[in-house]
Amino acid sequence: MKKLVIYLMSGHETPELAAAAEAGGADIVELGFPFSDPLADGPVVRVAAEKALAAGMRTAACLECLRTTRERVSLPLVPMTYSSLLEAYGWERFAADARASGADSLIVADLPVDERPELRRVQLVAPTSTDERISLAADRTDGWLYLVTVAGTTGARAELSPALAPLAERTRRLTDVPLYAGFGVSTPEQAAAAAALADGVVVGSAALLAAEDGTASLERFVAQLRAVLA
Amino acid sequence: MDGLYGPYGGRYVPETLIPALDDLEHGFEAARADPSFAAELEELGARYVGRPTPLYEAKRFPIDERRILLKREDLCHTGAHKINNALGQAVLAMRLGKKRIVAETGAGQHGVAAATVCARWGLECTVYMGSEDMRRQWPNVERMRLLGAEVRAVELGTRTLKEATSEAIRDWITNVDTTYYLIGSCVGPHPYPAIVRELQSVIGREAREQSLEALGRLPDAVVACVGGGSNAIGLFAGFIDDEDVRLVGVEAAGAASLGSGRAAILHGARSSVLADEDGQIADAHSISAGLDYPGVGPEHAHLRDTGRAEYVTATDDEALAAFRRLAATEGILPALEPAHALARALDLDAELILVGLSGRGDKDLAEVLAQ
Repeated sequence: MKKLVIYLMSGHETPELAAAAEAGGADIVELGFPFSDPLADGPVVRVAAEKALAAGMRTAACLECLRTTRERVSLPLVPMTYSSLLEAYGWERFAADARASGADSLIVADLPVDERPELRRVQLVAPTSTDERISLAADRTDGWLYLVTVAGTTGARAELSPALAPLAERTRRLTDVPLYAGFGVSTPEQAAAAAALADGVVVGSAALLAAEDGTASLERFVAQLRAVLA
Repeated sequence: MDGLYGPYGGRYVPETLIPALDDLEHGFEAARADPSFAAELEELGARYVGRPTPLYEAKRFPIDERRILLKREDLCHTGAHKINNALGQAVLAMRLGKKRIVAETGAGQHGVAAATVCARWGLECTVYMGSEDMRRQWPNVERMRLLGAEVRAVELGTRTLKEATSEAIRDWITNVDTTYYLIGSCVGPHPYPAIVRELQSVIGREAREQSLEALGRLPDAVVACVGGGSNAIGLFAGFIDDEDVRLVGVEAAGAASLGSGRAAILHGARSSVLADEDGQIADAHSISAGLDYPGVGPEHAHLRDTGRAEYVTATDDEALAAFRRLAATEGILPALEPAHALARALDLDAELILVGLSGRGDKDLAEVLAQ
């Protein structure tokens, strides 16, 4: 069965939202640790990050959020953040404390594979990545590879990126690790199309929008995605 | 890790950009190895920019026995040193086969320089500018539009240079196949800090020769304002091996990335940044839009740590006073950015001081008169 990864921003409601995502059929939850200047993110994630920071979701609070979410759900939890938070907190200390708080892995959106190789994390590859870099990322990644479907930032697009098919095909030839496709996957139709090319999909901005209307709305949205990925 | 200055620099960007940064690095190395690249830049410098710019002794400006020399980058075409970098990178962009340029701007000087070189070669130009900076530097917005650039207002965060830079990088990520990112300062991921330093080092090279020629000696200190730090790094480059010459960078007191920052990661590089203990980037505050930036080039952070350069601050009021004094005593309207360097030159503990007058002040008249 194809995997469904749902992105949520750290906040006071996150444990309940993660439980709703799990009930709706999510396999993994990515937990955003907000950064003030997120280069890889489009408007929806940026606004969510600004709100979270304004509500005091700094690193310690995010780790606490991770801990309480861990108590509430059993699916894997993967913090997704930016280098500046790790630089400030201490790279190894961050990895250790995140693990101790219940994280199963880590994603750092602005940390390419050749920087900080000792930090175990889910690596990202993009349509622009060379075969050499894809192989290196596959070699070093933690469990699965994140296929960035577009040259661009996170957020909904009208159509699934035509760059995904060649990227997925190229990556599949180079590695056997599971490939989950994200960025610009927002509707069940797009999720189904992306899942046909990969082993799973990541839905971020659209999940954040659904979560704005509460747990029932998020669970419904996740269930719609799950239904087309079965 | 590539492009390190001590523990600073690097490439902290989404994977999408790495191949483009590799191409840029190789393209830059190839250009540097090609004598026709240097020859083209020298020709353009002489015929289009107005190089070499004069070294001028400001005899009425000092308040005591100090002697102050001004490296007149304000006399460059477009009114600031930014054109040195924009021209060089435009030539590089064309060597890489890119037809669309994206740039960020704070004071508008880099945006104008980028728009200018794009007009000169018929390249498409998009400039991101914070809406607060558009208000403060409106004449430059109109200049960019006249030059054919599209100026996109950035309504995020502080609506200044930090957000404009993030938006320019996001545009680049989205259009990386067709677009060249023409960064305006010695910041950003490797190899940008090295490229900008190289293209601005003409300032220091000329200033050193001119100082020897005019005075038979080198200055005791060279002083330049530091926002991102491109005019300072270009000026310092000429004197960095002259150990007896002090290198003094002057930051805006409310945007002192080197004076009161900490190691953090902003816009693709590790440097000294105004950030909180969680690594969240703080807001900078300066009357000068060009210095109103919470980061600084990684090489400056390294020069600070090694002690080769020293970094001090000037307040808004000190910069305004120096602006008015240079106008009244020398008939030169400096930009508010180098007015910070002028302010510190007046009380620096040195006898012969060379100041990088990085740009002219026409763009700042409304802001100065409103104070």
